[in-house]
Amino acid sequence: MLQVTNSPFGQEQVELLNRLLPTLTEGQKIWLSGYLAALQQVGGVQAGGAAAVQGAPVANAPAASSAVSNEATVLFGSQTGNSHKLAKKLAGKLQDQGMQVTLSSMIDFKPNALKKVENLFIVVSTHGEGDPPDNAISFYEYLHSKRAPQLGGMSFSVLALGDTSYEFFCRTGRDFDQRLEELGATRIAPRIDCDVDFEDSAQQWLASVLAAVGQSAAAAASAPASDSGSVDAAAAMSEDSTEYSRSNPFQASVLENLNLNGRGSDRETRHLEISLEGSGIQYEPGDSVGIYPQNHPRLVDEIIEAMEWQADAQVPLPKSKDRTSIREALTSQYEITVLTPALIEKFAEVAPDSGLKKLLEPGQEQELRSYCKGRDLLDLVQDYDLKELSAKAFTAQLRKLPPRLYSIASSSKAYPDEVHLTIRKVHYENLGRVRYGVCSTFVSERLEPGDNLPLFVQENPNFKLPSDSDTPIIMIGPGTGVAPFRAFLGEREEQGAEGKTWLFYGDQHFSSDFLYQVEWQRWLKDGVLSRMDVAFSRDTDQKVYVQHRMMEHSKDLYQWLQEGAVVYICGDEKRMAHDVHATLLAIIMQEGGLNEEGAAAYLSQMQQEKRYQRDVY
Amino acid sequence: MSDNNLLSPNSAPHSDVEAIKQRSDYLRGTLEESLKDRITGSISEDDNRLMKFHGSYMQDDRDVRNERNRQKLEPAYQFMVRVRAAGGVVTPEQWLMMDRIAQKYANDTIRLTTRQSFQLHGVIKWNMKKVIQEVNEELLSTLAACGDVNRNVMCNPNPYQSDVHEEVYEWAKRVSAHLDPHTRAYHEIWLDEEKVASSDDGVEQEPIYGKVYLPRKFKIGIAIPPANEVDVFSQDLGYIAIHENGQLLGFNVVVGGGMGMSHGDPKTYPQVARTIGFVTPEQMIDVAEKTVTIQRDYGDRAVRKHARFKYTIDDRGIEWFIDELQQRLGWKLQEARTYHFDHNGDRYGWVKGSNNNWHYTLFIQNGRVKDDAGYQLMTGLREIAKIHKGDFRLTPNQNLIIGNVSSQRKKKIDQLIETYKLTDGAVYSALRRSSMACVALPTCGLAMAESERYLPTLIDKLDLVMDEAGLRDDEIVIRMTGCPNGCARPALAEVSFIGKAPGKYNMYLGGGFTGNRLNKLYRENIGEGEILSELRPILLRYAKERREGEHFGDFCIRAEYVKEVHSGLDFHD
Repeated sequence: MLQVTNSPFGQEQVELLNRLLPTLTEGQKIWLSGYLAALQQVGGVQAGGAAAVQGAPVANAPAASSAVSNEATVLFGSQTGNSHKLAKKLAGKLQDQGMQVTLSSMIDFKPNALKKVENLFIVVSTHGEGDPPDNAISFYEYLHSKRAPQLGGMSFSVLALGDTSYEFFCRTGRDFDQRLEELGATRIAPRIDCDVDFEDSAQQWLASVLAAVGQSAAAAASAPASDSGSVDAAAAMSEDSTEYSRSNPFQASVLENLNLNGRGSDRETRHLEISLEGSGIQYEPGDSVGIYPQNHPRLVDEIIEAMEWQADAQVPLPKSKDRTSIREALTSQYEITVLTPALIEKFAEVAPDSGLKKLLEPGQEQELRSYCKGRDLLDLVQDYDLKELSAKAFTAQLRKLPPRLYSIASSSKAYPDEVHLTIRKVHYENLGRVRYGVCSTFVSERLEPGDNLPLFVQENPNFKLPSDSDTPIIMIGPGTGVAPFRAFLGEREEQGAEGKTWLFYGDQHFSSDFLYQVEWQRWLKDGVLSRMDVAFSRDTDQKVYVQHRMMEHSKDLYQWLQEGAVVYICGDEKRMAHDVHATLLAIIMQEGGLNEEGAAAYLSQMQQEKRYQRDVY
Repeated sequence: MSDNNLLSPNSAPHSDVEAIKQRSDYLRGTLEESLKDRITGSISEDDNRLMKFHGSYMQDDRDVRNERNRQKLEPAYQFMVRVRAAGGVVTPEQWLMMDRIAQKYANDTIRLTTRQSFQLHGVIKWNMKKVIQEVNEELLSTLAACGDVNRNVMCNPNPYQSDVHEEVYEWAKRVSAHLDPHTRAYHEIWLDEEKVASSDDGVEQEPIYGKVYLPRKFKIGIAIPPANEVDVFSQDLGYIAIHENGQLLGFNVVVGGGMGMSHGDPKTYPQVARTIGFVTPEQMIDVAEKTVTIQRDYGDRAVRKHARFKYTIDDRGIEWFIDELQQRLGWKLQEARTYHFDHNGDRYGWVKGSNNNWHYTLFIQNGRVKDDAGYQLMTGLREIAKIHKGDFRLTPNQNLIIGNVSSQRKKKIDQLIETYKLTDGAVYSALRRSSMACVALPTCGLAMAESERYLPTLIDKLDLVMDEAGLRDDEIVIRMTGCPNGCARPALAEVSFIGKAPGKYNMYLGGGFTGNRLNKLYRENIGEGEILSELRPILLRYAKERREGEHFGDFCIRAEYVKEVHSGLDFHD
């Protein structure tokens, strides 16, 4: 659907076009686009794509705007698969328009081919403290290095994915955007930064890119089957509307929900077994499941109470005309546990007397950040006077409650029609109040076998078993990071794979925190798991972690690497993945007789060969 | 004689355990590897067989077994560690060590056993080495506390006749040391001592036991009349000290006792040891060694349930054994001397020994030393151990004697007894003071029913009956076990309960008050309600109809509740 905001047209033009476009047949559309393109040529606005007309009927003439050629390269850097999906989507649309499209993960893209690229589209997410995703690192570094070529003839546009609750929101995308400009490339559509509810913004970017390549902005814009926004625009992202997806989650029935931690543990880790029967949902080991959780009822009630609303006050659903109660909306529809500077800005605007403006004064950025950190909407409404806002005006400012992703803990070969998840309950005290992880608390406290859980599968092509089942694999997954390896081993068992397998696992206590202990033991006995090393940090005076066990066996580990083993890391990013990475480098240096640079090159070569894969969070 | 099985009566193939022992290289097996395996808190089944010889059983917390299974966790494996000391005599320093490791590595309790040993429960695999090392640093040991060897040698802790006791205790230590296994495996595995090249020559490694050790456990106990706390007739080999005017003359020798049986298998039965003669003190070690070798050579190695010494003797007759023993000794036993037993229970409170030192017998319910909110027993004993200069003696009834207290120090100890309200049991009924239960649930793998955790509650209820009958100060020996293996020597009690299933027990009556006679099954598979309704009328009638000095067990026979059992062979009749 064309809008003023996603097209170069004015209000009246938009209305006319919107009235006309849906009535056109495919043939008419093609004719029209060719006509417009030809008209442009005749008009001699800026003849560019003349060559493209050769031999083809005028109606099939490809894009002919300023810098647009017939070839396009779409690169993505993706951690959880969203960027990958969106890139694929764009590539498909461009192809539909007759373009020669190269779609590639950044890690697979040969940097020396960059100079030849005429149209470059980048879809990239940002992680942690502004870091690029794993499969974007090498390309990112290359582009920002002195070796990067001048890109004078290139057209580009960047879609950045991120989360406004992080300080370095969409930094990787922004960096790419800026760097490409510095290298002389021409931005043909403005960069768009997406928050966690990325669907609408991404759609907007797609439309504007497609419009910019000139061929058929209208065709792209017509893709959403939405009716003036009443249907979630994201529904259009699904390739096939009958398939379950992020925007159309499957209501899956919970079969089992048990705590994996024994008595005396400080932990609570839920093992969920969920039925996928009848959904047609397929997944592979390494993929994730997205769950739509519900907010904690106490937090919802306290916000309603603090705002002095009636709990049954009606508010619209996000991007919809349908209405629901404020309690239901805050429970299932909106994010209420995270404050972001963007959100503060919005509230400051709609509630000018709330006192929030002070937080937004120039030079206060650090204070604003630190205020947002660890606080939720209850803090906000308690600290600032937002009572003037109606429930409706309030919710209009909020982000949609995003789904939470969890690495799948089962092999569908071992458990047909089921998916298993491993979810650790997060709760901690801050500012005198217990804070609950939204999804983990929902799952631990309020989800029973028999309940329905809205979910979808998120493919993760960056965390996959090697295609050759003889290839040895080393899996490093402390805590809930072990989940995908339960899927890996289940898969390898079902395949009757011959490749060696080595699992490193750790947690606090052997006796209570050894997740899936009896299953590893069985796999060890049956030979599905060749080796397992564990580290329990709180059982000994000196804390031991997985990386210590890796170091203890550095010789063997390096031997496995030399034999072509694929290394997988899953779990906590900040500490674990960082330490494990450093340990791998140390092992490669020590056992391979390499210096620091050599070891780094060894690892990045592994990464290039997809022999070093991470699923970290 | 090192192959020790040529003379086995049973032509059937040897049990698996025999093969495990055979290939274990003198109890080494793969214990070291098992201990290092970080993936499981358990050790392999074969290694667990060998572990017993090292003084420990693998157990698991049965209270959480099913729950953990659902949680995809292995059972809460843990180890019971048994620390032995001949005659149950330890120094205050040794007590403090036990107290320390119980808190550091075990479940904050110390269990005193019916064989005068210490047990720690809940030790996890990763701490086993430290525990055994700390035990050995204080000159105690766990070696041969379990397993198919001679177990802790029991000795009457009798504080009355101190001189005789001292002498008998020395013999107990000597016979114990003489029968210690010689393998170096224990020192290698636990104490990090250097490995010795293993020898294929069984005689050289284990001159008494040989390569496959005994067919089953072997138990020795020494009683000093008139006290029979050690239940000398429950022992494979028992010695009854014969003394006159403070002079030890020698020992009557009794053989072939034993408590264990299996439910539903009448070929298994408890048995009382029979007297075979008298020996001088100097001869007693030789008798022990030869008896052990006879059992080594003739014991049944095919069926472990039938492998105890009592069956070896009963299968062949006592005369056969006497002949075989005298042949191996090369001399003949003398005629047994007369003696008299009064009781097999403990005498509580302060007594003065003939050496003018004082001894205080403390009542410890079922041998469990721990701190409760209302009773700081463990702390109290720790404080006493810190200032005590004498010794501690574990009694065969799971109580504790603070032994050899000088008159000067007695006051200080008394103050601590007062401060921590430690009890000689006087506040309790005589029934409770005469009670004994095995550990059973949740740690013992054999338990079919509760025992230690239940008997105190049952006695609460029986106390009401005893009060009603006016029997509060009458000792009736009452014992409970969670299975028929007999750790609390139930077959010798006047009234006993042997677990069959959760909440269900077989009830036995008619044991002798001095541990001289087996009891007999009275009711099978009954719960608490029936226990109380069955026992109440008998107790009320006993109170009314007993003769002067008549004990409850004797009364049950005279009143024909049960038939008198003369030998284990008619236990099931």
